[in-house]
Amino acid sequence: MTREIRLPEISENVDSGEVIEVLVSEGDTIDKDQSIVELETEKAAFEVPSPLGGKVTEIAVKKGDTIRVGQVILKIETQEREDREKEESTQEKKPSETTAPRKPGEAMRAEETAAIASKESAPAQEPLPASPAVRRKARELGVDLRELEGTGPGGRILAEDVEKRAKQIITSSQGTPTGARTGAPLPDFSRWGETEAKPMSGVRRVTAENVFRAWVSVPHVTQFDRADVTELERFRKKYAKRVEDAGGKLTVTSILLKVCASALKRFPRFNASLDMEKKEIVYKKYIHIGVAVDTERGLLVPVIRHADQKGILELSVELTELAEKTRGKKITPDELQGGNFTISNLGGIGGENFSPIVYAPQVAILGVSRARMEPVYTGDNFAPRLMLPLALSYDHRIIDGADGIRFIRWIAETLENPLMLVFEGGE
Amino acid sequence: MADEKTQVAVVGAGPGGYAAAFLAADLGLKVTLIDPAENPGGVCLYTGCIPTKALLHVAKTILDARDAPDWGVEFPDPKINIEKMRAWKESVVKKLTEGLGQLTRQRKISYVKGNARLLTPRSLELEKTDGRKGRLNAEHIVLATGSRPGAIGGLSFDSQRVMDSTDALELSEIPETMLVVGAGYIGLELGSVYAALGTKVTMVEMMPGILPGADRDIVAVFERRAGQLFDSIILNTTVELKEQKQGIRAVFKRKDAENSVAVYDRVLLAVGRKPNTDELGLENTRVQVDEKGFLKVDEQRKTDEPSIYAVGDITGNPLLAHKATHEGRVAAEAIAGRKSAFDPRAIPAVEYTDPEIAWCGLTETQAEEEGREVQVAKFPWGASGRAATLGRSDGLTKLIIEPASERILGVAIVGTGAGELISEGALAVEMAALASDLALTIHPHPTLSETLKEAAESFYGEATSIYRPKKRRS
Repeated sequence: MTREIRLPEISENVDSGEVIEVLVSEGDTIDKDQSIVELETEKAAFEVPSPLGGKVTEIAVKKGDTIRVGQVILKIETQEREDREKEESTQEKKPSETTAPRKPGEAMRAEETAAIASKESAPAQEPLPASPAVRRKARELGVDLRELEGTGPGGRILAEDVEKRAKQIITSSQGTPTGARTGAPLPDFSRWGETEAKPMSGVRRVTAENVFRAWVSVPHVTQFDRADVTELERFRKKYAKRVEDAGGKLTVTSILLKVCASALKRFPRFNASLDMEKKEIVYKKYIHIGVAVDTERGLLVPVIRHADQKGILELSVELTELAEKTRGKKITPDELQGGNFTISNLGGIGGENFSPIVYAPQVAILGVSRARMEPVYTGDNFAPRLMLPLALSYDHRIIDGADGIRFIRWIAETLENPLMLVFEGGE
Repeated sequence: MADEKTQVAVVGAGPGGYAAAFLAADLGLKVTLIDPAENPGGVCLYTGCIPTKALLHVAKTILDARDAPDWGVEFPDPKINIEKMRAWKESVVKKLTEGLGQLTRQRKISYVKGNARLLTPRSLELEKTDGRKGRLNAEHIVLATGSRPGAIGGLSFDSQRVMDSTDALELSEIPETMLVVGAGYIGLELGSVYAALGTKVTMVEMMPGILPGADRDIVAVFERRAGQLFDSIILNTTVELKEQKQGIRAVFKRKDAENSVAVYDRVLLAVGRKPNTDELGLENTRVQVDEKGFLKVDEQRKTDEPSIYAVGDITGNPLLAHKATHEGRVAAEAIAGRKSAFDPRAIPAVEYTDPEIAWCGLTETQAEEEGREVQVAKFPWGASGRAATLGRSDGLTKLIIEPASERILGVAIVGTGAGELISEGALAVEMAALASDLALTIHPHPTLSETLKEAAESFYGEATSIYRPKKRRS
């Protein structure tokens, strides 16, 4: 029988994505779980697996299309029995009508329209109900009126609605400020030579918006330090093979995951977020740590869940898998969300030291650079020691300078003396 | 002559060009405005809106005098002094264009009398009317060269008897008979002028109705009075013209009838306008032109060449002065770095005949074509006290309303003074006002503007001056 494969629920708050590549052709026979399209959403790029196996009879999307959850991607001929088909076809017709694909800007689905009509507000048809002055204000503040629900009579968008939205964009990292933060108008570069404008990818756009928002809304302080990792490096080399056999790679980052997880438990303020509107500090009772991964399409931060409950071996294996998944575009938006703290290790590439930007609404990030052999004064002479540069950027609204030093010192000392991890118990 | 330099060069000083130039100067930019005329003004002031309206005012006075016997006042038949009329019209034009010239000087805008042609995306070749040539380098260029009467192939030929709108405004004589080809706003307005002056005017239109675009119930009110003014209005008909000794011989052709023939002293061709883009040197730029010759522009009126903006008639329909002015201001703001955009909800269209027709925003016809559900609220002027005192109950005010939100999407008015009344409608549409906003705003009594309020009240079945059983809220 012919079955329609629709775009599944991707993750919370994500209901559409752009087709980057169609990975199958009409006539192909595909297996269950085989990737059928590569999709890019605002949060990530990943491949969509087919829930069924069979022969592809029709492909309903093409490269560049924006598709929504519930939209048909392709049709396949499955090996299921005919009599089952008869039974199901009558049931299947109904939902397919109400969840028919909708292109951006097209009329809304029946149930959505009904829901809105019952709310007595206006259908989201152009033109949007806003006065010329409000439209101008929205342009100036970089607010997309289509994202607003007007609070005026008949759903009219008021100046206050636009201002409120603009404030949200600035203060919250959860917003999606399309068109915001454009900065000063650009000069016309073609005056000085040839140019070519290319659209930003989804990942680039989101990164740009996130770091901008963090940069303007988080008062940053960066605390630098160094850890003597001579002994640790010896340990790392010694056990590298064992981790490799388990399917992972023992790296400074995977060890740091364990160390940071302990640090976050010890210093709960670093595992919190700030709610300025309610004047509250939100302490998280779980330790999820993000690790910045450099990919072809830009910076992505997959999250290791419950890092405190895992050993270094397990963390190494999980991190290796997650990083591969991220680079291979198989990561899902869910796996990129929910981090409390981030580790960004640029040591693999080189460089001296850098000050990372806090990944708001997180409040701190650890930047790691390449370890170097340095002469270290040991009291009576200089000894060659392998020193690891660390940089802790934090949100000064919630973390004081002294706490910042204590936190980074604790990490450095633990790297130097891993017994610290179990010294105080209670893990 | 050495190369000159400016920040903004505006080519064409009509309502789009001078609005752009003035605002750019007000925003602190150095501006050069180029136009062959003595002063800014463009078609609108020299050979369009303003002289037409001056003559339509004359026509209205004549027509009002014709109605006066009903009110107990009798005037003798009017004596027309066409030289004086022409001089008066010209004095109006002169006063306004000189005013613009003064505003140009006050703003320290350099006014170049001549034509300009693009050499590169940032430089213009100037050919001044005194014969001198020059080159002007500009950081930004605004093209605002407007449009000209566009003769449909085969119709136009060199004859004193065949006129376009510019010729008709010259008022060289009052012919006995005149054929107006094209019953759009230009044909109807100029036809009205000549008809009021005593010419027997025949209108011929290819389409099945006059004023394509306007709602038919609105046009019907107009036609009742206009039917008395014009000799005849021939619809669904094309025409072939040929010069003869006694006049222009016109052969009328329609699908479902025999050809008929008539001879006219004069023929006025009012069949569309063409953008003035051929002599601009666009080939030296990346500016894109559509199949009708209009320039392609973005929301800020920027062309595909980042240094070049275009405003007014050359960017396409509607070819209206007030649309050009708004575009000119948007472009000037964009050049000055403001986040402006041309995003009107309602560009009012006004037909300055008697009665006037005006509309803005969504029309009922458009809603039907789009299959969009709307509710229409009407108020006939027969119930308006003010209309009665003017002896002009021939009018209709109507609102196009979105049923769920009760938002006003469009307004159409026919009646005396409709052109003045439509601005309230445009404001309502732009502000996304609800029918109740209009109904709850106190309008002065007795005025024609009350018809807007009462139309809104009638949407709720609660109009003071008409009784209509409730359709809503039952």
